[in-house]
Amino acid sequence: MTNKQLEKRFNALKTVAAVAVALVFAFVIIAFISDNVGEAVYQFLVGPLLRPSRIINVFERMTPLLFTGTAICIMYQANVFNMVGEGAFLIAASMATWFVTSNSTMGRLPIIAVCLIVGIGTGVLAAVIPAVLKIKFKANEIVSSLMMNYILLKISDYMLLYVLKDTASGLQASYPIPEQAKLTKITASFVKGTKLHSGFIIGLIVCVVAYLFIYRTKWGYEIRMVGANRSFAKYSGIKVLGVALATQLIGGGIAGLGGAVEILGYYDRFIWYGTQPGYGFDGVLVGVLAGNNPIMVPFAALFLAYLRSGAACMSRATDVPVEFVDVLQGIIIILVAAELFLAKTKHKLIVNNAKKNLEKEESAK
Amino acid sequence: MPEEILLMDKITKVYPNGFVANKDVTFSINKGEIHALVGENGAGKTTLMKILFGIETPEEGRIVVKGKEVKIHNPLEAIEYGIGMVHQHFMLVPSLSVAENIYLGMEPKKNGLFDFEEACRLTEEACKKYNLIVNPRAAVQDLPVGQKQKVEILKALVRGADILVLDEPTAVLTPQETAELFVQLKALRDRGHTIVFISHKLNEIKELCDRLTVLRLGKSVGKAIVADVTEQDISRMMVGRDVVLKVDKPKAKPENAVLKVKNLVIVSESGKRIVDDVSFSVRKGEILGMAGVEGNGQSQISEAITGLLPYQSGTISINDVDVKGKSIRQIREMGVSHVSEDRMTYGISATSGVKDNVISDRYYKPEFNKGLFLDFKKIDELSDQLIKDFLIKCNDRDEAVRMLSGGNMQKVVVAREFSNNPHVIVCNQPTRGVDVGATEFIRKRIVELRDEGTAVLLISADLNEVLELSDSLIVMHNGKIAAYFEDASIIDDMTLGEYMLGVKTQTPEEIARVAYDK
Repeated sequence: MTNKQLEKRFNALKTVAAVAVALVFAFVIIAFISDNVGEAVYQFLVGPLLRPSRIINVFERMTPLLFTGTAICIMYQANVFNMVGEGAFLIAASMATWFVTSNSTMGRLPIIAVCLIVGIGTGVLAAVIPAVLKIKFKANEIVSSLMMNYILLKISDYMLLYVLKDTASGLQASYPIPEQAKLTKITASFVKGTKLHSGFIIGLIVCVVAYLFIYRTKWGYEIRMVGANRSFAKYSGIKVLGVALATQLIGGGIAGLGGAVEILGYYDRFIWYGTQPGYGFDGVLVGVLAGNNPIMVPFAALFLAYLRSGAACMSRATDVPVEFVDVLQGIIIILVAAELFLAKTKHKLIVNNAKKNLEKEESAK
Repeated sequence: MPEEILLMDKITKVYPNGFVANKDVTFSINKGEIHALVGENGAGKTTLMKILFGIETPEEGRIVVKGKEVKIHNPLEAIEYGIGMVHQHFMLVPSLSVAENIYLGMEPKKNGLFDFEEACRLTEEACKKYNLIVNPRAAVQDLPVGQKQKVEILKALVRGADILVLDEPTAVLTPQETAELFVQLKALRDRGHTIVFISHKLNEIKELCDRLTVLRLGKSVGKAIVADVTEQDISRMMVGRDVVLKVDKPKAKPENAVLKVKNLVIVSESGKRIVDDVSFSVRKGEILGMAGVEGNGQSQISEAITGLLPYQSGTISINDVDVKGKSIRQIREMGVSHVSEDRMTYGISATSGVKDNVISDRYYKPEFNKGLFLDFKKIDELSDQLIKDFLIKCNDRDEAVRMLSGGNMQKVVVAREFSNNPHVIVCNQPTRGVDVGATEFIRKRIVELRDEGTAVLLISADLNEVLELSDSLIVMHNGKIAAYFEDASIIDDMTLGEYMLGVKTQTPEEIARVAYDK
């Protein structure tokens, strides 16, 4: 076996092990806090499969993660840890709502097309500030993008309260999204009440296009080289700063597209107020699980969506709160990201493999 | 009967990339000898010594020091057993004084505070005792390399080391400094110290050492008393065959000057003029060697030419086009190639495949793109061709470069930089840390490039290499050109050493001859 195969196998093993450890930990927590452990575990593991509507529900949850996960993949490929996906998603959703509610007479195709472009543009603008701060002033992009997220949240809150708010409605909500702007519901005619929409397909397309972009084009090559070794990229003649800036704008744009799609697909009104909806941060987990490869994003997003659906089923049927899934998420990220998790096992595998190869070489002589 | 002071028995070490650096290596030395540990780059010498010093943990094997089996987990424990190490790259605090460096971590104290005067006094005593004279009050950063090395040796001795390991100590020294070091090492041996001398320079081993152990491809392949073997015997043990490091090259036929550097000045961040008004030119079809102790401005010159480092004044031109204000890509497109001295930082992307590494300077060109996408058929063909032409040993073109040996990594760099039809190539330490086979190969290719009409600027700290390859030669000292020899074949290394140390300098008129106008 070559070392490359060994490494690939080990990384897969490590991800599985991280998930397994997190699940074991989950059962232990459940055992402590639940009066009905059996039911809770059952609901958590298979709850999402029990009814057709629940299965479709998993795919609904998965849709926004396709966008935010891909956004993270592209930025992390260039070794840029811009976390603005969260804020970009939210503010793009807000601007998309503003656009459709104030242009509610436009035709179906133009209103959707322009709205998605507004979403992308808003996302790009949101990502510009941390990216430029990084390039101009060497401000750490993690910190500035996390702070940026708060600013964007407050702008979105302002928009809801002073621009979008439907005063006729008793809720904290915007004017309704015009019917002709809503994305087509894919499953509603088969399973009543489900909201899976064509945004899911857009998301899958984004993953595939991002994959081709990263691994098959010269621009993707530049991004990968900048991420793998910045000095080498510079020495080879690649404009490192330009590439780093571009990846962040692309990442922001994709997250923004996700925000617009989610609003037009899943919601009737814009209702996020006061807290970040969390899709951007879930995107980080998706990106990490996918190993920064956009083609793996659908699988990682499916896994996370399933986890969250399971937690929702469990909290409905038992006394375990839905937030407990956040704990799992944290454990998985730490273990997958930790270089030294299972390092000893890895070293043993490598040593044994090297010895075997040596013996083979010697007996071949 | 000589007393065995150290035994490393059946040591096996596997690195995280699966590379077997040591396989059942047995290494034994006697008290009071200078023992050479020889082998090519990548043979496992440094790894074995890192294990001895507690920096690496072996998979298997045992270490016996002075008759006691020991486990060494870190350098502090190694020092307790009396093992001291002088690394290839000095481990000193540049801004502190010599005395502070030597007593770092074991400072003499007065009223609970560091007693600098006492440290100086103790350092002076140690200097006298071991006959290694340095000024205890001088800041380490102001010392020449030879002196820094003395500080390193003193540091080990003061900590009670009686087994002293020197990892390629002469690699950074001039011939004069080397001679001085040998006298001091012999004196230390006569006082009862045991010295392990790591090297692949055979003449030095013959001159200095009592016995030797040879490593090849991670295994110990032989032991001998130095007086009983010839240099050829040793090199055969090292490489497994006879080595010809002499390059057969026809006389150069230099034509017009392609690379012209005029009055170049580069100022460091701390305000020092690292390159101080340097002018020279490299002609089509010649190899201009640039000799000098490292850190005398050579690297900065190479980085300025290739666009990596901004310069303050002067002009650099390629085929009479000024490079000022041009991007690195534009300079490369003018026909400039660059083998950087820092392979791991600039030369390669270690985690990427061989393929991704050899196309980094041309992936964007129309011939490697089809519409929006990269043309992988062409790229794969090119990669396979380069792997074949440059004898790169790898599993396939997608294997990560970090899995390759040092020599093969350098071949990846060379494959890329030599294959883009350069007008000018800047080769900075092209064979550093590279095994003999790859060194032979790379040197041959440099001469071939020259014969095809490339202007080659060869920067090397390896005097043999500069003398062997260069057609003409300049010597750098303190950011200035100290000498120019139009015919490199008439100089011997002692003369070269005098210019490198700044003992001698040519007149400005003699030096100005290297700036050809045509």
